[in-house]
Amino acid sequence: MIGTGAAVMTDTAPVVAPLAEATGVFSYLWLLIALPLFGAAVLLLGGRRTNRWGHLLGSTTVVLAAVYAVILLVNLMARPEDDRAIGQTLFEWVFVGGFTAPAALQLDQLSMVFVLLITIVGSLIHIYSIGYMDHDPDRRKFFGFLNLFVAAMLLLVLADNYLLLYVGWEGVGLASYLLIGFWQWKPSAAAAAKKAFVMNRVGDVGLSLAIMLIFITFGTVTFDEVFTEAGQASESTLTWIGLLLLLAAAGKSAQFPLQAWLLDAMEGPTPVSALIHAATMVTAGVYLIVRSNAIYDGTIFALTTVLVIGVITMFLGAIIASAKDDIKKSLAGSTMSQIGYMVLAAGLGPVGYVFAIFHLLTHGVFKANLFLGAGSVIHAMKDQQDMRRYGALRAVMIITFLSFASATLAIMGIPPFSGFWSKDSIIHAAFEVSLVAGISGMLAAGLTGFYMTRMFTMTFLGKARWEDDQHPHESKPVMTIPLIILGIGSAFTGMALLFWGDIVSWLTPVTGLQENELPLPTIAYEGMTLALVLIGAGWAYAMYRRDVPIEAPQDVNILTKAARNSMYDDAINDVLVVQPTYSVSRAFVGLDNKGIDGVVNGLAALVGGTGAKLRRWQTGFARSYALAMVGGAVLVVVVLAVVRLP
Amino acid sequence: MNTDMLTAPSVDYMAILPLLIVAGAAVIGVIVETFAPRGARRTIQLFLAFGSLVAAFVALVSEAGLRSLEVEGAIAFDGPGMLLMGLILLASFVAAMLIAERQLDPAGDSFAPRASALPGSRDERELTARGYLQTEVWPLFLFAVLGMMLFVISNNLLMMFISLEVMSLPLYLLAGMARRRRLLSQEAAMKYFILGAFSSAFFLFGSALVYGFTGSVEFAAISDALAAQPGQTYLVIGGVGLISVGLLFKIGAVPFHQWVPDVYQGSPSAVTAFMAATVKVAAFGAILRIFYVAFGGLRWDWEILLWIIAGLTMVVGSIVAVVQTDIKRMIAYSSIAQAGFILMGVASATPEGLGASIFYLTAYAFTTLGIFAVIMIVRDGSGEAGRLSQWAGLGRRSPVVGAAFAIFMLSLAGIPLTSGFIAKFAVFSSALAVDQVIPVIIAVISSVIAAFFYGRVIVIMYFREPESDGATVTVPSAFTTLALAISVAVTVLLGVLPQPVLDLIEQAGVFIR
Repeated sequence: MIGTGAAVMTDTAPVVAPLAEATGVFSYLWLLIALPLFGAAVLLLGGRRTNRWGHLLGSTTVVLAAVYAVILLVNLMARPEDDRAIGQTLFEWVFVGGFTAPAALQLDQLSMVFVLLITIVGSLIHIYSIGYMDHDPDRRKFFGFLNLFVAAMLLLVLADNYLLLYVGWEGVGLASYLLIGFWQWKPSAAAAAKKAFVMNRVGDVGLSLAIMLIFITFGTVTFDEVFTEAGQASESTLTWIGLLLLLAAAGKSAQFPLQAWLLDAMEGPTPVSALIHAATMVTAGVYLIVRSNAIYDGTIFALTTVLVIGVITMFLGAIIASAKDDIKKSLAGSTMSQIGYMVLAAGLGPVGYVFAIFHLLTHGVFKANLFLGAGSVIHAMKDQQDMRRYGALRAVMIITFLSFASATLAIMGIPPFSGFWSKDSIIHAAFEVSLVAGISGMLAAGLTGFYMTRMFTMTFLGKARWEDDQHPHESKPVMTIPLIILGIGSAFTGMALLFWGDIVSWLTPVTGLQENELPLPTIAYEGMTLALVLIGAGWAYAMYRRDVPIEAPQDVNILTKAARNSMYDDAINDVLVVQPTYSVSRAFVGLDNKGIDGVVNGLAALVGGTGAKLRRWQTGFARSYALAMVGGAVLVVVVLAVVRLP
Repeated sequence: MNTDMLTAPSVDYMAILPLLIVAGAAVIGVIVETFAPRGARRTIQLFLAFGSLVAAFVALVSEAGLRSLEVEGAIAFDGPGMLLMGLILLASFVAAMLIAERQLDPAGDSFAPRASALPGSRDERELTARGYLQTEVWPLFLFAVLGMMLFVISNNLLMMFISLEVMSLPLYLLAGMARRRRLLSQEAAMKYFILGAFSSAFFLFGSALVYGFTGSVEFAAISDALAAQPGQTYLVIGGVGLISVGLLFKIGAVPFHQWVPDVYQGSPSAVTAFMAATVKVAAFGAILRIFYVAFGGLRWDWEILLWIIAGLTMVVGSIVAVVQTDIKRMIAYSSIAQAGFILMGVASATPEGLGASIFYLTAYAFTTLGIFAVIMIVRDGSGEAGRLSQWAGLGRRSPVVGAAFAIFMLSLAGIPLTSGFIAKFAVFSSALAVDQVIPVIIAVISSVIAAFFYGRVIVIMYFREPESDGATVTVPSAFTTLALAISVAVTVLLGVLPQPVLDLIEQAGVFIR
């Protein structure tokens, strides 16, 4: 199976060093997962008696995990650069014949930054939720599910093989459905949970097929071994694996064409949207692609597909975000769009992997900030989510306003806020590879300027359009303190990671890095991007500064209409997937001898006590079943005979 | 030596002790029905049933490692056979707990007070009013267990046919004895009997053809005869085909599956649980043995057939399950689909495939028992709540039962950390190991469709408002509670720590002949 799948750029290919045994402070790696898992177990199994202190326990476990994560980071930084991948085998999970899948963890530079993001942002969101879910009778259960999510997400990023990653992958999915449907008394929440479940299954097929293909090709599913041998596999095999992994990533990260569930997922409580559907889980797809970089290095076709999917979703999300009046749905569109940026960057190959992760980290902070800010506003406005009923909130919610402003500037990419550094890195990298990708990135940045300014203006500026019984006020400190921390984070994470943390050389051993020449100096690209952002922002400010009608105007152009309907994703899914499945299913039932009708008749006969009727259809059925069996027997013998024919 | 004298067959009674214990208990059970006073019967029968299952299991374990042909080569004690017998005994033990349950129905247990009383007749009402419980189910149950045990170790065609009937006849009767919805139950029994007899005829006819060609009913002799005359095997091909029809009927493979939903729905749930879990184990055991041992030389012929049947079974089972509105019918179609997955392991025709099939059967048996345990205790005013819509909100009102059922659904859907995941992974990789990529793709697609309706049950239980005539969980006796607990424990343990069982299966090795 030695093919042409040579790495595109051998000199910068990631160094695959053998994992170092976990010793010293690293020997408690499993604690990272065990802590939140313990919290989830106590809260979910403990029942009502944990009601009083459940939220405190839930938050504590995640904070402790965050503290341990920081200790790990310090220790990891102290190690030499080529010795920063730590492995720990927990137990032999499956070991049969030639197939082994140990339950083993791996901590390297890539996992480390994810662990930090998950635990630190997770801690802030847990603390915020203490206030946000204060009045909810099921607050304990909420914290149990959140803890469960954190444990599964940490398993996902710490797994050292695809199979264990799959366990975490399904785990975060499960927690996500449970939390989307948390307010299950809302029919829309239940429907949204179901939609997320079904659409994610489609993506999960991709992952399970990819894992099987990886196993047949390489005889192992361990990252280390797969990536060492990836160069030996044929290009077509790598392409299939790459496309299947992309399908998985599209399902989890709400990328085209599996994006529809994310907007509905906003039915979940806002902290959930912040943690799962903005900062962490939806970025798992990006993690998967970047983690599998050795596979994508051998398949330019799959890599280009990744790029294209990223670009499509980037625009799709931005357009949806520009038209939605529900603040959370608009933010969800924005999340799609920003993850589109990351996928685009990952699709650039070694030029972009690092920046995909860089943007993922800064996005994790400022998008959590935006969602928690939106949550604070929603809390103040008595669960009103329509931005047309907001306005002029600056005066009454100054902390939320300032924190939200910091995040808005960050996501728009205004220097020196964090989004500027990461987004401009992606745009530079895109120009290094393809002019089209670069220009797309710039245009989407302009759209970002438009929709964020629109949201910001409609919410905090302009005139108050509140309903009569609304008396907005600033939230409690337990909610505002996380907002302040995240606001500061939105401002400085980018610079901190780039200059102090040196994120680029930190990640390079895992992802590889290649730098090409740009035709123009970088400042030119930065200037053009910034100009587009400001044009978008100015336009939105001019449009929404003064009068925003309380009812959304109906005489709008086709694109706006489409965007308000989330680009008709439901209708498209219905026509392409749902209806065909049901028709096939009904056709089968028809063939299946009307079994269901039969029973209905049987029950009717039972109730009416009409024996004659019963007898008549009874014999009829046994006969037709028997006929089907004869048909089957003929089929069996014919198949056997046909196989015999030379 | 005088040739007119018959030599008595030599029988090692110690080796077949597990079988003798169950058979003896069944016979004693019949005598108890005749002579013991009515009041004492249930206690004695329970003692006999549970006691004999435990004793047989202990006897079986004590002879672990035995690899020999017994009773003049009619039965084969080998690794897979003993493993499957053990599995049948364990699953029957759990099923017996469900059959023993009598706290759920205010009128008594799940069975009609007297099977011979006409449905709705005055006779029946009187017997019900007097609180009659019939205990004939217990000897019938034990005979069925005996038949299943024999089925998986039969080493010749006649033995296999006899054990097939010993297994099936009691089940036909048991299926017709439901206390509630008796017409439906009797109709199910009738259908099961007629079609079962029909399939047995196929099996018998196939056996005759095979005997006609090979001159023997012994599996080893058949295998040798086939090897000696390669090429001219058209007659035997017909025989193999007809025998497979008889066996594929028992596992509910498409297109021999139509009885499954009717019978599963009509039978008392405890009996359905027993049938769904153990008959599948026994019938797959027989399929594995006959195809691997007797027809191993023809594997190029039957492999493709099994792949096609497996594909059809998975697809039809999964797709039709989607539109079911009755929980038992849905589970019936789901069990059809599961049979398709297991068939993939059989069709792989490798030691890995054999092991994967046995693991899948283990996982499936206990999950299924748990599912029916839950179905038994979810009730409305008129008995079990069959309509799926009645289950709305159940997970919130009864979190423990809801969580247990959710675990079973996740396991059937093949979600990691449940037994179903490891099982699916094992059969898929055994199929991939023999380069069968297309069946695996069909299987994965089927499992996505299946995940939809398994997921839908969870959504209904947790995310939907209860209906006015919704179901509630009736508190069961210790029997059902324990059965449920065992099923949950096995489902989770086989997902998290499958290694001991995988090791056991690997040690068991392959069939002997």
